Amino acid sequence: MPFSLTNPSYALPEMLMLGFALGLLLFIAFTGKEKMNWTFALTQLSLFATALVIVLSMGEQGLAFSDTYIKDSLSDVLKLSICLINMLVLLYSHDYLKDRGLQQGEFYVLVLFATLGMMVLVSASHFLTLYLGLELMSLCLYALVAMHRDSFIATEAAMKYFILGAIASGMLLYGMSIIYGVTGSLALADIAVAIDSGMLNNTVLSFGLVFIVIGVAFKFGAVPFHMWLPDVYQGAPTAVTLFLAAAPKVAAFAMLIRLMVDGLGGVQDAWQDMLIMLAVLSMIVGNLVAIAQTNLKRMLAYSTISHVGFLLLGVLSGTAEGYAASMFYTLIYALMTLGGFGMILLLSKQGFEAEEIADYKGLGKTQPWYALMMLILMFSMAGIPPLAGFYAKLTVIKAVVDVNLITVAVIAVLMSVIGAYYYLRVIKVMYFDAPEQQLTVQVSAPARIMFSSNVLLVLGLGLFPGSLLAICVTVLS
Amino acid sequence: MTLTDLPMLSLLIWLPIFGGLILLMMPGEHRGIRTVGLLTALLTFVLSLLLIAGFDSQTYEMQFVERLSWVRAFNIEYYLGIDGFSMPLIVLTTFSTLLVVIAAWEVIKDRLHYYLAAFLIMEGMMIGVFSALDAILFYVFFEAMLIPLFLVIGIWGGPNRVYATIKFFLYTFLGSVFLLLALLYLQFQTGSFAIPDFHAVPLTLNQQIWLFLAFLIAFAVKIPMWPVHTWLPDAHVEAPTGGSIILAAITLKIGGYGLLRFALPITPDASMTLDWLVIMLSLIAVVYIGFVALAQTDMKKLIAYSSIAHMGFVTLGLFIVFRIFANTNNGYGEVLAIEGAMVQMISHGFIAAAMFLSVGVLYDRMHSRDIYAYGGVANRMPVFTAFAVFFAMANAGLPGTSGFVGEFMVILAAFQANFWYAFLAATTLIIGAAYTLWMIKRVFFGEIANEQVAALQDVNRREFLMLATLAAIVLLIGVWPDPLLSVMHASVENLLTQLAQSKL
Repeated sequence: MPFSLTNPSYALPEMLMLGFALGLLLFIAFTGKEKMNWTFALTQLSLFATALVIVLSMGEQGLAFSDTYIKDSLSDVLKLSICLINMLVLLYSHDYLKDRGLQQGEFYVLVLFATLGMMVLVSASHFLTLYLGLELMSLCLYALVAMHRDSFIATEAAMKYFILGAIASGMLLYGMSIIYGVTGSLALADIAVAIDSGMLNNTVLSFGLVFIVIGVAFKFGAVPFHMWLPDVYQGAPTAVTLFLAAAPKVAAFAMLIRLMVDGLGGVQDAWQDMLIMLAVLSMIVGNLVAIAQTNLKRMLAYSTISHVGFLLLGVLSGTAEGYAASMFYTLIYALMTLGGFGMILLLSKQGFEAEEIADYKGLGKTQPWYALMMLILMFSMAGIPPLAGFYAKLTVIKAVVDVNLITVAVIAVLMSVIGAYYYLRVIKVMYFDAPEQQLTVQVSAPARIMFSSNVLLVLGLGLFPGSLLAICVTVLS
Repeated sequence: MTLTDLPMLSLLIWLPIFGGLILLMMPGEHRGIRTVGLLTALLTFVLSLLLIAGFDSQTYEMQFVERLSWVRAFNIEYYLGIDGFSMPLIVLTTFSTLLVVIAAWEVIKDRLHYYLAAFLIMEGMMIGVFSALDAILFYVFFEAMLIPLFLVIGIWGGPNRVYATIKFFLYTFLGSVFLLLALLYLQFQTGSFAIPDFHAVPLTLNQQIWLFLAFLIAFAVKIPMWPVHTWLPDAHVEAPTGGSIILAAITLKIGGYGLLRFALPITPDASMTLDWLVIMLSLIAVVYIGFVALAQTDMKKLIAYSSIAHMGFVTLGLFIVFRIFANTNNGYGEVLAIEGAMVQMISHGFIAAAMFLSVGVLYDRMHSRDIYAYGGVANRMPVFTAFAVFFAMANAGLPGTSGFVGEFMVILAAFQANFWYAFLAATTLIIGAAYTLWMIKRVFFGEIANEQVAALQDVNRREFLMLATLAAIVLLIGVWPDPLLSVMHASVENLLTQLAQSKL
């Protein structure tokens, strides 16, 4: 099939992002280390401009570049959220990076390229585009984790991340090649048609499916493919942890929907069981192991694993409402994670990382406002109303109840009770323990204001979840 | 414009929450903190009195209904309304919160504005629980009220507060997630989250039994019923006085209310099939927990156990109706049982609040809850002793006090179900009198035990006002329960019709 450049305008945001990233590369090559504030501003501008273009081009839908690229309302909404999330990430991490001498031009260039990778991944309608986006994103993330090259623990984390990530990519690729062998196509739409025809060899198809699920599970950090996640989250500089905890999960969600629903929807029975295993194990292991953690970053890493388990509940239900629930969960999760790691960034200063839970002793007395923000985040992650995390859990659990998977739902709610314990412990440390040191928040005013708005949005979406939920339902119906 | 045109319930829910938020914003040393707190609580209380004035006790239909769409994608509504069961409980809530605010006046010195804010926000949520007619709205209020209570016990509580408050939170959270599952399952069956729709949906016995068990776990933890009661004594002992008052007066009632609103009308056949279970647990609570109370040396713990025993009457009253249906058909015993349970809830709300308040009065002076740290208090605090003895009598169920009415009605009804139920329940009149009066004897009478007791000052005007009001209410319900009964009568009759019809 000849390659044709149909509808190139559908990829306008990506082209813009590529242009910005290359421009920024040139800019830092010529200015060096002096103009770091300019670099920061230009990066934010690129993200903002891209977000703007996405908003302006909303509504048009269709395939581009010989059907390898899709622009639909799902891709628009997810790309927009990725850009906005990354803007917040950069804002929160600005002072952190500066204090530690990590504010290098490469950081910003890598962030932009990773964002580009996520955007390509979100819009992929073909195995090749999907893999391209995934690798672009992952390679940038490996490099970002390794940025703090004098830190032993960061280097180790990067190494682990890279090796395991490469294996997972290999698995995914292997799975794709098997599916290609069975269906004769790399385009997700064609694969769906081939599967629906019912003429395929099911054993080989399932074999390929297993590898694809493993690859996706790895990128999410679902148990038993989660080993890299706590080490990387703890080892990476907090700013990088924040970056890789938030937006890449949104991209991974898109990958999951594109692969499992758009491409392999015909074998839903087969992947449903696999996802049930992954979800249940993630919820159990994530929540139980998080209890034992004393390091907040590591605790949040395990909490992420458990959130991934919950997030998978919606998708495994196999209904449009379930997919919408998962998308809602992903977005709320990103918002809460931004707040959680953002809090660490806000409180840390030169020579003090604020990443041990014990560092937060008495925060309710020394910093009442930020303690309140953290309280909201923790209760939200625990799934207590009236906070957004409650609706996230409610919608995914409703999705599994609606397909009569009551046992899975029971496990999910039990695990959320166990999960509540370690979130409560953070609140206990902040409010019930006496302060041992005076903690200060030194970051810039915009970062503080945006952090508070971020957390208040978690509360606001808890009171009025309707509009975001409606968006999720619309784009996935 | 009449009263019913105003969004009364929304006002009652959001006014205290709004007042609480204002308090949160105020600087800690501000002089207006107490005024804002008191005004908010007082205004809410007055509003709830207007609710009584506008309430039509002739009908069982929901009144003061407000219905708006809230989360359209999932058909969740902001749907409020009250009937004869919820109205008295709302008034009890506003009264208790007012009491808590006054009780905190000089006693709470650390971050008073947060303390009052927590209770006012909690008040709004509790009223929300009692007036929500949408299942998710109910659940949101039901869960959200854990947050302020968790903080109140954890921040202002006693030495072992962290253990107590985390235990309290996890216990109730564990119970309520099953409620959530049950609600989601019911939504799956009905396509709506409206509680009245749940009441009407037909369910097989198997479905009903699972749903009933989920409801029972959720509400048994809240009530609390034996054997899931162990969080309550811990929470009470560590909680500050205000926390104990709200715990005993309101949160326990939410459990009983939940059984009335969900378990009985939604799963009547399962309730009938499994009524032996609830009756057995209730009788264990009444008899066994009564003996446990007898052995306590910590006054708050003793009252906590006595609360569990008294709540046993509530669950007993609610679930003996099926036996009475089977035995008689004069339609009299069932009404007596349910109304007795309701009166017991309201009465226990006032009496337990008064008892915890009395312990608070002593604790503020002596900083001890140990019975053996006291002795001969009557010599130094004669006025206070008079109140304490009166409340103790009420707690023991002396005729003429509200404590007698509820227990007597339930025991009378129990005779129509089974003689032995009545017999076992009636032992509370002995055990209850024993543990309460024995405590009174050791604390108040006899020789002055030590110098600290000798230095005690009698109640001040603020404490007198609170205790006297409570005493008046306890006495009033005791001698003239009729207004309270007539408010709920129509709703009770309606509930009994729902129970008599099988949903199979």
